[in-house]
Amino acid sequence: MTASDRREAKPEAVPVLEVEDLRTVFLTDAGPVRAVDGVSFTVGAGETLGIVGESGSGKSVTALSLMRLLEEPARIVGGRLRFQGRDLLAMRPDELRALRGDRMAMVFQDPMTGLNPVIRILRQLTEPMTGHGRFTPPEARRRAIGLLGRMGITAPERSVSRFPHEFSGGMRQRVMLAMGFANDPALLIADEPTTALDVTIQAQILDLLRQLNAEFGTAIVLISHDLGVIGSVCRRVAVMYAGEVVEEAPTAEVLEDPRHPYAWALVNAVPRIDQPLGADRRLVSIEGAPPDALALPPGCRFAPRCPFKVERCEREHPPLAEVAPGRLARCWVTQAGQVLPKSGGAGFGGARPAPAAAEPLLSVRGLVKHFPLPRESFFAPKRVVHAVNGIDLDLKRGETLGIVGESGCGKSTLARLVTRIHAPTAGSITFDGQEIASASPAAIRPLRRRMQMVFQDPYASLNPRMTIGDTLAEPLVAHGLARRGAEVRERVGELLATVGLNPAWVSRFPHEFSGGQRQRISIARALALQPELVVADEPISALDVNIQAQILNLMLDLQQRMGLTYLFIAHDLAVVRHLCDRVAVLYLGQVMESAPAEALFARPLHPYTAVLISAVPVPGRTRVVLQGEPPSTLVLPTGCPFRTRCPIARPVCETPPPLAEHEAGRWAACHFPGEFGHAGVAA
Amino acid sequence: MLRTLVTRLAGAAVMAVLATLVIFLIANTVPGDPVLAQLGDLAASNPATVAEWRAKWGLDLPLWERYFIFLRGLAHGDLGTSIASQRPVLEDIAQYAPATVELSTIAFLLALVTGIPLGIAAAVWRDSWVDAVARVISLIGVSSPTFWLAFVMLAVFYGGLQIAPGPGRLDPIAFPPDEVTGLFLVDTILAGDWETFHDAVSHLVLPAIVLAAATIGLITRTTRAAMLEAIGQDYVRVSRAKGMREGYTILRHVLPNALIPVVTLGGLAYANLLAGAVMTETVFSWPGLGRYTFRSAAALDFPAIMGITLVVSVTYLLVNLLVDLSYALLDPRVRR
Ligand SMILES: Nc1ncnc2c1ncn2[C@@H]1O[C@H](COP(=O)(O)OP(=O)(O)OP(=O)(O)O)[C@@H](O)[C@H]1O
Ligand code: SF4
Ligand code: SF4
Ligand SMILES: [Mg+2]
Repeated sequence: MTASDRREAKPEAVPVLEVEDLRTVFLTDAGPVRAVDGVSFTVGAGETLGIVGESGSGKSVTALSLMRLLEEPARIVGGRLRFQGRDLLAMRPDELRALRGDRMAMVFQDPMTGLNPVIRILRQLTEPMTGHGRFTPPEARRRAIGLLGRMGITAPERSVSRFPHEFSGGMRQRVMLAMGFANDPALLIADEPTTALDVTIQAQILDLLRQLNAEFGTAIVLISHDLGVIGSVCRRVAVMYAGEVVEEAPTAEVLEDPRHPYAWALVNAVPRIDQPLGADRRLVSIEGAPPDALALPPGCRFAPRCPFKVERCEREHPPLAEVAPGRLARCWVTQAGQVLPKSGGAGFGGARPAPAAAEPLLSVRGLVKHFPLPRESFFAPKRVVHAVNGIDLDLKRGETLGIVGESGCGKSTLARLVTRIHAPTAGSITFDGQEIASASPAAIRPLRRRMQMVFQDPYASLNPRMTIGDTLAEPLVAHGLARRGAEVRERVGELLATVGLNPAWVSRFPHEFSGGQRQRISIARALALQPELVVADEPISALDVNIQAQILNLMLDLQQRMGLTYLFIAHDLAVVRHLCDRVAVLYLGQVMESAPAEALFARPLHPYTAVLISAVPVPGRTRVVLQGEPPSTLVLPTGCPFRTRCPIARPVCETPPPLAEHEAGRWAACHFPGEFGHAGVAA
Repeated sequence: MLRTLVTRLAGAAVMAVLATLVIFLIANTVPGDPVLAQLGDLAASNPATVAEWRAKWGLDLPLWERYFIFLRGLAHGDLGTSIASQRPVLEDIAQYAPATVELSTIAFLLALVTGIPLGIAAAVWRDSWVDAVARVISLIGVSSPTFWLAFVMLAVFYGGLQIAPGPGRLDPIAFPPDEVTGLFLVDTILAGDWETFHDAVSHLVLPAIVLAAATIGLITRTTRAAMLEAIGQDYVRVSRAKGMREGYTILRHVLPNALIPVVTLGGLAYANLLAGAVMTETVFSWPGLGRYTFRSAAALDFPAIMGITLVVSVTYLLVNLLVDLSYALLDPRVRR
């Protein structure tokens, strides 16, 4: 069924958007880059369509093509675009301008840069209203305030006269959404609107999108690399790969039973928070990288990486054809009726053996870190960021402890404290029986090789001017683990092989590697010194889901082979649940709850844990949306730190609840543990 | 805001005094003796005359004491007496400064009103002929030596085409207006003397263009670069996605952001124009500070040099302060 067939089936309603065989190229010096190559889909009035795919698959270029907002050297070279039946490609610039921001609006990915820093929020909101002549200035002002309030911004009358830098990322994204809805558009295109935000804020924004769709009947095209996000808003989804749509179907069906091997890999690369955990924690990951857009393979574009390919795939390019009622897929194998195996991150049955009860490798008591800020002026009061406010933790040998919490809750500071990159303000840190909280740098140096860190941004943490061979050799030589020459070369080769890289690549530079490969290199660097403890601060956040799966699998492997102990920091709760034995939930630099992973997710004791888990986008799950954002870290919290946002806060919460063991191995800092009608995920 | 202002002003005062110390030390270590420059060979060969002259100007005192005397005078608003003109330095400066202020202000305004629009046009129509023209103009402005440019302008428009008046602030036969501010443009308006006003304006044109040339080039390039940077920002794409007109997007979203770096440059450029008008003033016989500086330096006239240094550094610091204050106006992120 093609787009035009579908239109004939329902002649009475003109779809909002019809895209047929859209082709967009970048005319680069190296040749035309076919960024969008024959994309077709239709969005009916009030419908929701998601577009998912890995980085570089052409999602953003598709969106910009729809808005006709492409910039040099991009050019639409073929296809048809119709908006409410009108041909977008035949429109004059002024006709297009009249549509943009009026009937069709777009919200971009990065709310931090999308608002003009020198213009008040009010003007940025009202200019499309008055610019398109729909409202007079006083009306526009009233409407802007109304919309902001509708988007969940407190005291909108005052907020409108602020400047963007006075808003947090979440608030700015609300402003961007309000801007999108300024003139009640028929279509809203949102390109990764929540990617830069915390799960809790993401949940608020997605909720808002859903409500706005229901209330105003605005059709929504939501672009994301996260199928979960799309599933929680969009009924249908188009999966993109190398500039093509490879599958289009109702989101729930794709999640349940994907019909294209790439979609299958996407679905199975991510651990699902709503599925039982198995003994085998390996995730599905596909090797290789998307094809070079300058030299696309002649047959199926996914063939070089496809685990299901047959002989025909490399010769003939498959069309997007119906594989089931209402389901399109671009695959010879599934079109022939073959079913893709049910497999996934969650293996089957049995829990992982808990690490043997041993003396903890790392033990933290009453850890505090305050960062004094420079005074604003000589007379201004001294200001202090209270990053970590008394944390107790124990990490056993061979165990993986996950640290979760919203941004700014002190996760990274904690990582830097236990590795003594920062010196704590107070408290004790014991590493393998040795007190290191106030040890001198000289006393810590021998311990350094036993605890290593892996950072979020693999590119920033590798020296761009050093070959990876030198990068890996440096710590070996510095700590006298290998002598220069053959011995070092041999060790470096081994390390590369350990993390799944070709040892022949030693003389390459970091920029010659992909993001995932770079993260493997930083893991190899951490492993060079044969550490016992690896502290990984958001090691997979900057990576595509498939590469995330590769890195997670690698970390699991290495742990089994080398008996590593991990302190794993992440904001993705499903990943934490998947990888970790225990989890500690941080809020404002304090532990709210700490428990074995499975139990914590199945039945959270602390209200904050419950709302965090509930914020994870899982299609078809009702959630409690946590309002507001964490309070400022400039003032030390009194009483229960969570009480300003806690749904069940009571007067007694003004006395601070101690972190107490409520059940065996389950600690929570709440006066009413387990009382909040939670949204935990059943095991 | 007020507190910041006061702290900054106090800081500026300290900096200005420090600048005089530096100049004082430099001026006293340059080879050359004011005695020779002032008394002439004959008188300088008589030790008694020289000693008397040195004592009169305090040159026989130790260095620190001379600096202390200078500072004490400064505290009382006295900059000493010029060796060459035998008049109070402050009076000299007050006499010469208005001509320079008038010339450099006009030159500065000229640089702004040509440089900024040219830079905007060059960025908006990047790589088109407009951009090419702007590039050539700024290249000529920045690279032609002031001295040479001044002569060429005079030769072409005064000597050759005879459409511009000759050197000086006014025609030799014209009467200067009654002095109120010393700025002829202002004083003639105050006096309602339109004929002299026209004369003053026409005398300003050539020197102002010459003086502004380099600044026009700098401002054009800076504006263009800042505009291009701002045009690439996400909020510009957002404005287009909102369906705003292109002209509106450029003027309301791009320009205010692009002006922030231009203001920094503008402040420095203005201070430089004030201090660096020597060449232009010499060629156009402009009775300004530039020429006074030149004369004082040639005569090793210490009190005059010190006075000029002080005035110039105070001006620099004040202009910088103004630049910082206008940041707060342009950029809400630095407002407190
Ligand atoms: N200015 C450009 N010049 C040349 N090629 C480009 C340019 N911008 C994008 N491309 C190419 O277009 C293709 C699609 O890019 P696009 O930005 O649409 O990806 P995306 O799916 O939105 O990725 P992400 O998830 O990272 O946002 C990629 O192959 C990319 O390299
Ligand atoms: S057509 Fe072949 S190679 Fe392409 S996705 Fe299907 S099975 Fe894989
Ligand atoms: S102590 Fe009170 S405020 Fe804090 S989490 Fe428990 S119920 Fe909520
Ligand atoms: Mg994108």
